[in-house]
Amino acid sequence: MEETQSKFTQKSQKRKFEQFGRTISFICIAFIVLVVLSILYFVISKGLSTFTTDGVSVIDFLFGNTWRPGEVGENGAPLVGALPMILGSFYVTLLSAVLATPFAIAAAIYMIEISPKNGKKILQPVIELLVGIPSVVYGFIGLTVIVPFIRNIFGGTGFGILSATMVLFVMILPTVTSMAVDALNAVPRHYREASLAMGGTRWQTIYKVVLRAATPGLLTAVVFGMARAFGEALAVQMVIGNAALVPTDLITPASTLTSILTMSMGNTVMGTLENNVLWSLATILLVMALFFNILTRWIGKKGAMKK
Amino acid sequence: MNPKKVDKIAVGVIYAMSGVIVLILASLLLFILWRGLPQISWEFLTAPAKSFQVGGGVGIQLFNSFYLLLLTMLISTPLALGAAIYLSEYAKQNWMTDFVRTAIEVLSSLPSVVVGLFGFLIFVIQFDFGFSILSGALALTIFNLPLLTRTIEDSLQAIPATQREAGLALGLSRWETVTRVILPAALPGIITGMILAAGRIFGEAAALIYTAGQSAPALDFTNWNPQSITSPLNIFRPAETLAVHIWKINSEGVMPDGAEVSAGASAVLIIAVMLFNLGSRYLGRKLQKKATSA
Repeated sequence: MEETQSKFTQKSQKRKFEQFGRTISFICIAFIVLVVLSILYFVISKGLSTFTTDGVSVIDFLFGNTWRPGEVGENGAPLVGALPMILGSFYVTLLSAVLATPFAIAAAIYMIEISPKNGKKILQPVIELLVGIPSVVYGFIGLTVIVPFIRNIFGGTGFGILSATMVLFVMILPTVTSMAVDALNAVPRHYREASLAMGGTRWQTIYKVVLRAATPGLLTAVVFGMARAFGEALAVQMVIGNAALVPTDLITPASTLTSILTMSMGNTVMGTLENNVLWSLATILLVMALFFNILTRWIGKKGAMKK
Repeated sequence: MNPKKVDKIAVGVIYAMSGVIVLILASLLLFILWRGLPQISWEFLTAPAKSFQVGGGVGIQLFNSFYLLLLTMLISTPLALGAAIYLSEYAKQNWMTDFVRTAIEVLSSLPSVVVGLFGFLIFVIQFDFGFSILSGALALTIFNLPLLTRTIEDSLQAIPATQREAGLALGLSRWETVTRVILPAALPGIITGMILAAGRIFGEAAALIYTAGQSAPALDFTNWNPQSITSPLNIFRPAETLAVHIWKINSEGVMPDGAEVSAGASAVLIIAVMLFNLGSRYLGRKLQKKATSA
């Protein structure tokens, strides 16, 4: 009797297993969420201390064009204008995306629409391999090939936005291409068949049907490439010259948010203004990453194929 | 112009642009291998680096890269596996799951330098691990978790629901179904994802320069006491990896044969990534065969 009763009132072995597993896996996911929240909290609170503790005005920081942390200007305010880096980051990101997009889309069209066989055999493996090449290798190649090349053609040092753009172009090209391929692949085959059946040429089908249907996916690919370019640190740092000046042309040394961060973080003391402004730069990076994230979501939502 | 002509021109342009891409990418690979392969020798792969003299190797850096990779995978795989199981098998469709997924997506979109700085702030300074392998491995874990979680979840999702139903119908608990039925079936995909993640970790540098540090103290490979500072197993020693080494040589510029050493090290990195790529394909196919007995 007692045995029967306990069978009904006590948890079975299976139930214990189940609870154990559920708890373990929940702890894992909770840990990841905790990590994300603490990254956001620590980086942003550190970044805001420039404005709260050191009393730098946000306007001065975002739009000031003199970056000499540790010195104060005529009016006594510290010279921590981040505009040179912000502009540098946006220039290299936009220019490399503008360069990479047509090439990536052309390659994707080639692989999906024109010659799937060659595309699968030659382009696909090469692109997959290139997605995995470490960014320092791209930086090293930039330093040994692109910088001297630009120095020979345009004079100057060769370091600058143009070199950084070229390096980023080659770097994001594989990423954008492989995502563009996915986007074109997702276009249903009967769209193409319908267009061809109505007498459309191959190019008309590609341009008026396939590309239109794949637009949201292609946009997502480009935004991903831009996010990668914006956040890339070492490859850019190696070729841009790292002069914190507002960029006036493409072939004089400039800097980006990431390049100044990697250069200076080791040379400053925690808690000082010089250090806090670096965290403010990191906060800008973080906010931009969130922005790119929201942008891809928005594109996905807007462009979801209506059934 | 008639549509036929436009078609010819457009297709021609696409051919040309694809050709340019293949040319760029192929010359990139060939350039690295052509510059780097002559540098690689047993001596180069095992000798310690020299900062102001010609003829240094990358032995310690290479070992550090592999050791960091191993530690990172040891920490991140169980976490990612647990998280993926929760998302794939337990999570309900509600705002909380949406929130979790968004958090993971945000984590994967963070620039690696930001992850590195966070690691610097928390592990190096707050937890007082210093510039060490442990700090580096933890930072790389954060960097690796979102992608690994997603690939594992995708492999779990790819297993048909009938398998789960079969497990439950046999009276197994959900957890047992996952561990005994779903995980073995999803193993090929999981292994492939892990190897690809390993390739990414192997080449990562930005997350490491302020966590694992930029110096490689001399190691004594006969000393297996993990507490000793010269022991290769010590997880509290600073450890410059191969990728960080390339960056440091080029941005400092004090090594007389820096260009040659970085060319050699780049070639080693590329070859490692290639091996990871090929390995994942090969192993994935092999496991698939074994698991499905096809």
